[in-house]
Amino acid sequence: MPGGARDALPDMVDEGSDVAETSSDGVAVGGAGGANDNAFVRFAEVQKSYDGISLVVKSLNLDIAKGEFLTMLGPSGSGKTTCLMMLAGFEPATYGEIYLDGQPINNVPPHKRDIGMVFQNYALFPHMTVAENLAFPLNVRRMGKAEVQERVQRALDMVQLGAFGGRRPAQLSGGQQQRVAVARALVFDPKLVLMDEPLGALDKQLREQMQYEIKHIHENLEVTVVYVTHDQSEALTMSNRIAVFNDGVIQQLAPPADLYERPDNSFVAQFIGENNKLTGTLAARNGTGCEVTLDTGESVKALAVNTGAVGERTMLSLRPERVMVDPGEGQCDTRVPGRVEELIYLGDHIRTRISVCGRDDFIVKVPNSTEHAGLAPGNDVALGWRLEDCRALDMPANE
Amino acid sequence: MTDVTGTNGELVTADGRPLRASLARALRRQKLQALLLVAPLFLFILVSFVLPIADMLFRSVENSIVAKVLPETTTALRSWDPQGDALPGEEVYAALYRDMLIAAKNRTATRVGQRLNYESSGFSSLFRSSARKVKRIKAGPYKPAMIKAHKKWGKLETWQVIANYNARYTPGYFYAAVDARIDTDGGVTMQDEDKRIYVNLFLRTLGLSLTITLATLVLGFPAAYLLALLPTAKSNLLLILVLLPFWTSLLVRTTAWIALLQQQGVINEFLVFLSIVGTDDRPRLIHNQVGTVIAMTHILLPFMVLPLYSVMKTIPKSYVRAAISLGAHPWRAFWAVYFPSTVPGIGAGAILVFILAIGYYITPDLVGGTSGTFISNRIALHISSSLNWGLAAALGVILLGIVLALYLLYDKIVGIDNMKLG
Ligand SMILES: Nc1ncnc2c1ncn2[C@@H]1O[C@H](COP(=O)(O)OP(=O)(O)OP(=O)(O)O)[C@@H](O)[C@H]1O
Ligand SMILES: [Mg+2]
Repeated sequence: MPGGARDALPDMVDEGSDVAETSSDGVAVGGAGGANDNAFVRFAEVQKSYDGISLVVKSLNLDIAKGEFLTMLGPSGSGKTTCLMMLAGFEPATYGEIYLDGQPINNVPPHKRDIGMVFQNYALFPHMTVAENLAFPLNVRRMGKAEVQERVQRALDMVQLGAFGGRRPAQLSGGQQQRVAVARALVFDPKLVLMDEPLGALDKQLREQMQYEIKHIHENLEVTVVYVTHDQSEALTMSNRIAVFNDGVIQQLAPPADLYERPDNSFVAQFIGENNKLTGTLAARNGTGCEVTLDTGESVKALAVNTGAVGERTMLSLRPERVMVDPGEGQCDTRVPGRVEELIYLGDHIRTRISVCGRDDFIVKVPNSTEHAGLAPGNDVALGWRLEDCRALDMPANE
Repeated sequence: MTDVTGTNGELVTADGRPLRASLARALRRQKLQALLLVAPLFLFILVSFVLPIADMLFRSVENSIVAKVLPETTTALRSWDPQGDALPGEEVYAALYRDMLIAAKNRTATRVGQRLNYESSGFSSLFRSSARKVKRIKAGPYKPAMIKAHKKWGKLETWQVIANYNARYTPGYFYAAVDARIDTDGGVTMQDEDKRIYVNLFLRTLGLSLTITLATLVLGFPAAYLLALLPTAKSNLLLILVLLPFWTSLLVRTTAWIALLQQQGVINEFLVFLSIVGTDDRPRLIHNQVGTVIAMTHILLPFMVLPLYSVMKTIPKSYVRAAISLGAHPWRAFWAVYFPSTVPGIGAGAILVFILAIGYYITPDLVGGTSGTFISNRIALHISSSLNWGLAAALGVILLGIVLALYLLYDKIVGIDNMKLG
C-alpha cells in the first residue's frame, strides 16, 4: 500500500465512526475511553509495533460487553492475531492499556489472566490423551481428583465426544480435535474465550456445523467470546458485533446486519458481501442526501455517508440485490440505461452482469420471475435504485 | 467400468493377463532401473566396508593356522588324552618332526609360535628354536630328539596347549576378551586378578560414554532450545557456529584441548591467575578421564544439538502458549508440554552420541592417558602393535554386540520410528 493511503486511514475512520454512531441502533462503538464504563474488555488507545518502525495496531479503542460474541474480521496481516495476543498476554502492548473486568491487565502475566484460548492448529498436547488435555487446566488449578473427572466428562459431553477421553489427539479427526480444543478452552470456566481462526483448517461443511456448535455453546454458557476470522460469512452468522480490521485500524464496528446494509466506508463496503461501485464527483449536498456526477456524465442521487466537500471524488456503493431492472415509475430515485453482458442461472435468482455508466462489472441479482424472463445478453435494459440504497463513500486510495 | 473379470474372479487387463501380473511386469522395469542406480554404491560399500568387516569379525574365531602348519601332529594328538599325566607317544613326536621340517622350510613355524604364544608365553621361542634345530635331527626315535632340541617338548603343559588350540575354530579369543582363559585341562576359568583388563575397560568405556552423553545433553539442550526459539535468520547464523567444529580436523580440535587443559595450559594458568588454585596444586585436567570427557563432550556436542534442534523446530510455539493460557506457570508449561515433545530428539541425540563415543579412538588416545582410554584403544593396540588380530576382532565383536543391544533396547523403549535426525 502506498504511504499516502496509510496516512489517510485514521482520519477516514474517525469520520466513519461518527456516522456509525447515528446509523447503527445505539450499539456502543469504540470511541474515546470512558464512553461505556461497564465494558468487560476494553482496549484503550492501544498501539503495537514489532519492529519499532511501523505500527501493526494503530490506536485501537474497543469495548466488549460481558457475554458478547465479538468477531475481528479482516484481511491477512491486518493485526487481528496481534490484538488477540495482546489480550491473552503473549505480546505486550507498545502503548495504551487493556482492561479486563475493570482491571488493567498489562502487567498481569498470561497464565494469571484466566482467559481460555483456541488456537488455529488446536495446540492439543500430543503426548496426552484427550481427557488429560482437558484435565490439564484443572490440575494446574489444583482441583480435586473427583471434580476434575466430573468436569472433564461434562466438557466432553458438551462437545459430543463423551467416549473419546482415552484417545490421543492424533487419533481424532480434524473436527473432533477442534471440539476438544474448544472444550479445553472452556473447561476451567474462564471469564473470556479467545479463538483465533479456530475453523480455518476444516472443510466447508464441517466448518458450518462447527460454527453452529460454537454459537450454541456461547449462548448456553453466556461466556464472552472474541473470535478472529477472515471468513466473512463465518463472521456474519456467528457474531453479535463485528470489528472489521484493515491495516491495524478498525474500519467499522457494528452488528452483522448494519455492516452489510450500512457500510461506513469503501473498504467495508467492498470487503463485506458483494458490492457494485461507481465513481464520480460530489456535485451537491442536501442534508443526508447528495448528488454525484459520475465519470461518464450521468447524475446520480445518493446517501451522503462518508464524503468530502463538494467537488471531491467519491465512490458509490450499491448492493446487487438492491438494483432494480426495468423499474416502474416512482419506484426509484435514479435511473440509468445499461446493456446485459452475461447471465448466470442460479435457480432462485439470475446473476446478471450489465455494463452501466462505463463499467462492465456491474452485477445485479434478478429474481427468477416471469417479468424478467426476456433478459438476454445484448439486450438494453434500464436500471434503477432508491436513494437510500446508494451510499456515497470515500474514494478508495487505489482508484 | 471397463475392467474385465477373469474366469476365477481375478481382475484381468484388456489382453487377458491377470492384473496383478501385469502390474508386477510394469513395475519390474522401474525396480531394475532403481537397482542399477544404486549398484555402484552398493558394490563399493560391499567391497570396501562389508567384506573387510566380515573378514575381520571372522578372525575372532578363526584358528586354522595350528592345524594347517602342524597337520600330522594335530591328527596324531587326537588319540592322546590331555587330561592324563603322560606325555604323548613316539608317533606324535614323529609327526611333529615331519611337520616342523616342512614348517621350517616354508618359514611358517614362527607363525604358529606366535599364535600359541597368545595363550601361553614361551611358545614363540620354542617354535623359533625348534625350527632351527629340527634340521639337525637325522633319525628317530624322535621323542628324545625333540625333547633334546627344546626341553619344553618334554612338558605336559606344552602339549595341553597345542591340544586345546588346534581346532579350526576357537572360542579362545572371546574368553580372552572377557578376561577368561581355557585352562590346560580344557575348562574355562577367569584370569588372575592382576591380568584382568578387558571387562574393566568395557565398563569404563560404557561409563565414560554415558557421562559424555549426559554432558552433551545438559549442554546441548539449552543451546538447541535457543536456536529453535530465535528467528530463522539468527538461528541459521548460530547453527553455523554449531557446525563450525566440523570444518576443522578432529586432530586439530583434540590437540587444541591439549593446549588448553595441560598442567601449564590456558585453563590452569587462568585458574592460578584467579587464585582459585595454588600454582603447586593445579588440577590434572588431561591424560586422565577428565580430559577424555571434556574433549569428547566438545567434539560430540553437535551430534546432540542437531537432532534436538530439528525436533524443537517442529514443536509449534502455540503448545507452550496454550499451556500458559490454560493457567500453567511458564516453567510448568515447559516441563509438562514442551519437554515431552522433545523426547524423540533427546533419544536420537543420545543414542547417536553414545554410539559414536563408545567406539571413539583418536581423542581418548591423545588426551586419555592410561586411565582415560577406551576399549577401541586396546583394539588398535592389538591390531597394530601386538598383532593379535583374533583378540582385536573378538573385542570388536563384543563392542558391536553392545551397540546393537543398546539400539534394540532403545527401539523397545522409545521406538526407532520416533527418532528424528533432521
Ligand atoms: N512476531 C512478529 N514479529 C514481527 N512482525 C509480526 C509478528 N507477528 C505479526 N507481525 C506482523 O504484524 C502484522 C499483523 O499480523 P497479524 O498476525 O496480527 O495479522 P492477522 O490479521 O492475524 O493476519 P492473518 O489473517 O493472516 O492471521 C503483519 O504485517 C505481520 O507481518
Ligand atoms: Mg492471524
